[in-house]
Amino acid sequence: MFRFALGRLLQAIPVLLVVITMTFMLVHSAPGGPFSADKAVPAEVLEALEAQYNLDQPLWQQYISYLGDVVQGDMGPSFKYPGRSVNELIYSGLGTTAELGFYAMLVAIFIGVIAGVTASMRPNTMQDYVPMTAAMIGICMPSFLLGPLLVLVFGIHLEWLPVSGWNQIPGDKILPAITLGTGYAAYIARLSRGGMLEVLSQDYIRTARAKGLSEFLIIGKHALRGGLIPVVAFLGPAFAGLLGGSFVVETIYQIPGLGRFYVQAAFNRDYTMILGTTVFFATLIILFNLLSDMLAVWLNPKLRQQVRGEG
Amino acid sequence: MKQCPSVSSSSLISALALVLISSLLLSGCGSSESNVESGNRTGTLHWGNGTEPQSLDPHIATGVPEHHIIMALMEGLVHKDSKTLGPTPGVAESWTVSEDGTVYTFKIRDNARWSNGDVHNAHDFVWSWWRALQPALGNLYAYMYFPIVNAREYYKGEVTDFAEVGVKALDDLTLQITLDNPTPYFLQLLDHYSMYPVHRATVEKFGAADERGTRWTYAGNMVANGPFKLKSWEINRAIVAERNTFYWGNDDVRLNEVVFYPTENATTEERMFRAGQLHYTNDVPIDKVQTYREANDTALKVVPYLGTYYYRINVREPHLQDKRVRRALAMTIDREQLTEHVLKAGQIPAYAMTPPNTRGYYPPISLNFDPEVARQLMAEAGYPDGEGFPSTEILYNTNEGHRKVAVAIQQMWREHLNIEVKLLNQEWKVYLDSESSGDYQISRAGWIGDYVDPNNFLDMFICDGGNNRTGWCNQEYDRLVLDVAPRAKTHEERMAIFTQAEQMLMDDLPVLPIYTYTTKHLVHPSVKNIANNIMDQQSYREIYLEGAED
Amino acid sequence: MNSNSIDATAEKGTSLWEDAWIKLRKNRLALIGLGLLIFLCVVSLLTPWIAPYGYEEQDLLMGATPPSAEHWLGTDIFGRDMLTRIMWGGRVSLMVGFIATAVALAIGVIYGAVAGYVGGRVDAVMMRLVDILYALPFMIFIILLMVVFGRNLLLLFFAIGAVEWLTMARIVRGQVMSLRKQEFVEAAHSLGLSQWIIIRRHIIPNTLGPVIVYTTLTIPSVMLLEAFLSFLGLGIQPPQSSWGLLINYGVETMEEYPWLLIFPGIALSLTLFALNFLGDGLRDALDPRTAKD
Repeated sequence: MFRFALGRLLQAIPVLLVVITMTFMLVHSAPGGPFSADKAVPAEVLEALEAQYNLDQPLWQQYISYLGDVVQGDMGPSFKYPGRSVNELIYSGLGTTAELGFYAMLVAIFIGVIAGVTASMRPNTMQDYVPMTAAMIGICMPSFLLGPLLVLVFGIHLEWLPVSGWNQIPGDKILPAITLGTGYAAYIARLSRGGMLEVLSQDYIRTARAKGLSEFLIIGKHALRGGLIPVVAFLGPAFAGLLGGSFVVETIYQIPGLGRFYVQAAFNRDYTMILGTTVFFATLIILFNLLSDMLAVWLNPKLRQQVRGEG
Repeated sequence: MKQCPSVSSSSLISALALVLISSLLLSGCGSSESNVESGNRTGTLHWGNGTEPQSLDPHIATGVPEHHIIMALMEGLVHKDSKTLGPTPGVAESWTVSEDGTVYTFKIRDNARWSNGDVHNAHDFVWSWWRALQPALGNLYAYMYFPIVNAREYYKGEVTDFAEVGVKALDDLTLQITLDNPTPYFLQLLDHYSMYPVHRATVEKFGAADERGTRWTYAGNMVANGPFKLKSWEINRAIVAERNTFYWGNDDVRLNEVVFYPTENATTEERMFRAGQLHYTNDVPIDKVQTYREANDTALKVVPYLGTYYYRINVREPHLQDKRVRRALAMTIDREQLTEHVLKAGQIPAYAMTPPNTRGYYPPISLNFDPEVARQLMAEAGYPDGEGFPSTEILYNTNEGHRKVAVAIQQMWREHLNIEVKLLNQEWKVYLDSESSGDYQISRAGWIGDYVDPNNFLDMFICDGGNNRTGWCNQEYDRLVLDVAPRAKTHEERMAIFTQAEQMLMDDLPVLPIYTYTTKHLVHPSVKNIANNIMDQQSYREIYLEGAED
Repeated sequence: MNSNSIDATAEKGTSLWEDAWIKLRKNRLALIGLGLLIFLCVVSLLTPWIAPYGYEEQDLLMGATPPSAEHWLGTDIFGRDMLTRIMWGGRVSLMVGFIATAVALAIGVIYGAVAGYVGGRVDAVMMRLVDILYALPFMIFIILLMVVFGRNLLLLFFAIGAVEWLTMARIVRGQVMSLRKQEFVEAAHSLGLSQWIIIRRHIIPNTLGPVIVYTTLTIPSVMLLEAFLSFLGLGIQPPQSSWGLLINYGVETMEEYPWLLIFPGIALSLTLFALNFLGDGLRDALDPRTAKD
């Protein structure tokens, strides 16, 4: 297992290199620079600013020096916020986005698994149709539609929950987590239903039933473990999707997270911030994919043997 | 049969479920008092402030959100009265102006202090202004200083000794400023944040004086001279300013804290207001203005603003060089319809560049809505009934409001002149680039005045002005604005010269004025002493909350 | 037992496709989805001729009005007819959906087929590349791409297609690989049939199933992606509009003019439903394990 993880981590390095290079090139070919402003910027001032941020050096030189810095963990100063470093900005937004992602994932798993398992217990009956249709609705309703609707109903009309912020007012985590998690709950519901149906049709389940075990015990102790494998495999891509979805949710609810920083940075041409966030996200995704793969292996004895064979 | 491992998935799920439910529910517990309610009790103002400020260094910052926060944290020699916008004592308790209007002598208060208790005196101003004029700092408002003798020359490097610049501390509490010309609006300039003093010891502790973007403005580091001091600054979350007990006027300040929220999205901001999370919003979504008006809700405050929304015309474009064409375009914009039916927020149609009643100045009006005459002009220019008029593009930065105006105008030109114009929206940075490099035909623009004087609007269009960007150049206009007006002896004379210059501008029409801005805000009834002046400048030392314990 | 009765009870053999069609026909939801999809496509194609109003026709004085006899779905803040806007918006949304998916399909199928068929080291390298790309934060790249290249419709298709081809490639490769190892392919080989004929007659038809299913399921996620981008200000640009843009505008004014949100919302959701149900139905239909009777 260890060698497996190590191998994957090593593979991550060229991936990150590709990510950095592609982003660097894209960012520097974007029209508009970080210092264009509404009031005319006098030429000398522009020159001084560009010199300070090394923008007057040839591109390849900037690239090399950036790489050098990144390896040491320094992602440079933000262009948009004088005096703040990218590390600092990422750090300030990270906790929030991570929390949001975590809660959304919990919502997604909790609702999704329960819905999917319930549906799989009596396929092709109402117990199946209702959760699955709800799941379909969840998939087809974009978060920027769901979010404002929830805000309108629960925040403004019923006044039960706050309409913005994160960790500023009690209860302000509920709506954003639900908005972000619902789409994934839907996918997880479908996946778990599918996985459970496969498992439940297996012989050993039939044996357990014949032995007279209660349905609950059968599902809980025997079926879930195998039935949830597709869900676990989905967690990696789900995480990546959550990060992307957080951009929208953070904008709707004014949450000071990394996603919002990224969108702002792209619009502001804050080169270093864009690069820094991209590298950071890529690293996170790689790590998470690795974790979810390891979890899949642990749950699935067949894969485990495969890995042992490799390692 | 092999025993399945005991840590079954179902117990894992149950654990997860417990964690989820309890954490979410617990997060919902807590006081159900809204921000507004608690703020009214404790004297804390919750203020929606627009975008997250880039910097709170007064010599680097540009932008309205920065302006508001800096006004709470810092103060200049002079403070604008929130009703008349006239100068009232700030750090300076009194001043005298020489006969010829070029020498200002300020007496600094003897109880002026920085927020850490340090003595605050005239030397601070001399040093701060020296710092503001260091080219490496990249101060985009350096031109505010240029009325001062040798300030421009020092900034450009033609004069190297700062002692030659017209600002001196005659003694600890006396500051003397010498100007090139009598500049009637000079006292107004002094209230612009770019002319505020900064605390030398703090700035130098965190870097060189002219080093851009050091940490001296961070919470815990910043030392300033305003009615409030910086308590905390969480990016994208909130900036908290608390009472500065060393402020000379602290006894009259009634608020205990001001919390500035970065509210980029006006729709979300409005919801926050309704949910009681904010006392004051930075803006109101256009479609909501109607709703509040119809409900006669006094929370809505719409106030004229010192700014003009206009279109720049690139006069270098061959088919836009003929001023008859430009005039025809200007005369077929139905500004009344635009402001009443499209914008619907009390904006005022503008037929000249400078807003009316700018310090008593009313611009000459020689433009009106007249499609008949416009069509004649187009025909004379060689495009009868729009025939043969090359395709033209209106450029604007991506924004709902600008889109609405552009779509409406596109329709008007089609209807009245039978010409086709296309719309192009670009993202802010790209749009700025296109405009400044002249890569546009017609471009949407807006100009908000930095001080209340026509000069601020008219000196944009001098021949090589960085804010001109139209390619229009009129030497006579330049002469009037740059040479003749500053030397005028009386206010009336000056205004007359400006009238002449403005007339020239409106004859040639390298710009099409459209409307005068208004600001719109939602204000909770418990907030008192909100200013309704045309610069939308708030005086935080005067604002108070009803129901707050003092 | 005489031969007649044996004939009578013996079943007529059916191909995979015929089986699939029979199963599909029984799935009501999928049929509804298919019907809806066909209806939408026809309407979109005919929009320039059947739309009740001109696309750009506005009436500023009228502003936004609720549904009425002249304007079945109401008007927007410029006085433009919503039914027309939704029809044109549907054209764009469906176009983005189909074309971007086609791009993803083209790249993915070719890439996956090559990797799966050639196998060996070439396959290992190609799949490694796919793994690498999978790890990239795509939303980020799309945002960057849109910011860099300006919002040009063609580029939007390309960008979205470039994101979605990966899974397609994986599926195709998996299918091709497993097919290649099957006995009937080896048999064909030993019979002396050329590579080409094997590919054409055996591999491609058998790969089509999952490809079709996945394609049907990619279209809705592409449409959603476009809606997301429009929300951030990076997707379709006015004066063109898509359902995503219409919903975005509708959200802003949902309290004052709810019809601006409801109708485009329904349009988009229904389409996504239809495609998803159809895709699910196709998946069940083409899966040889599910019984057809």
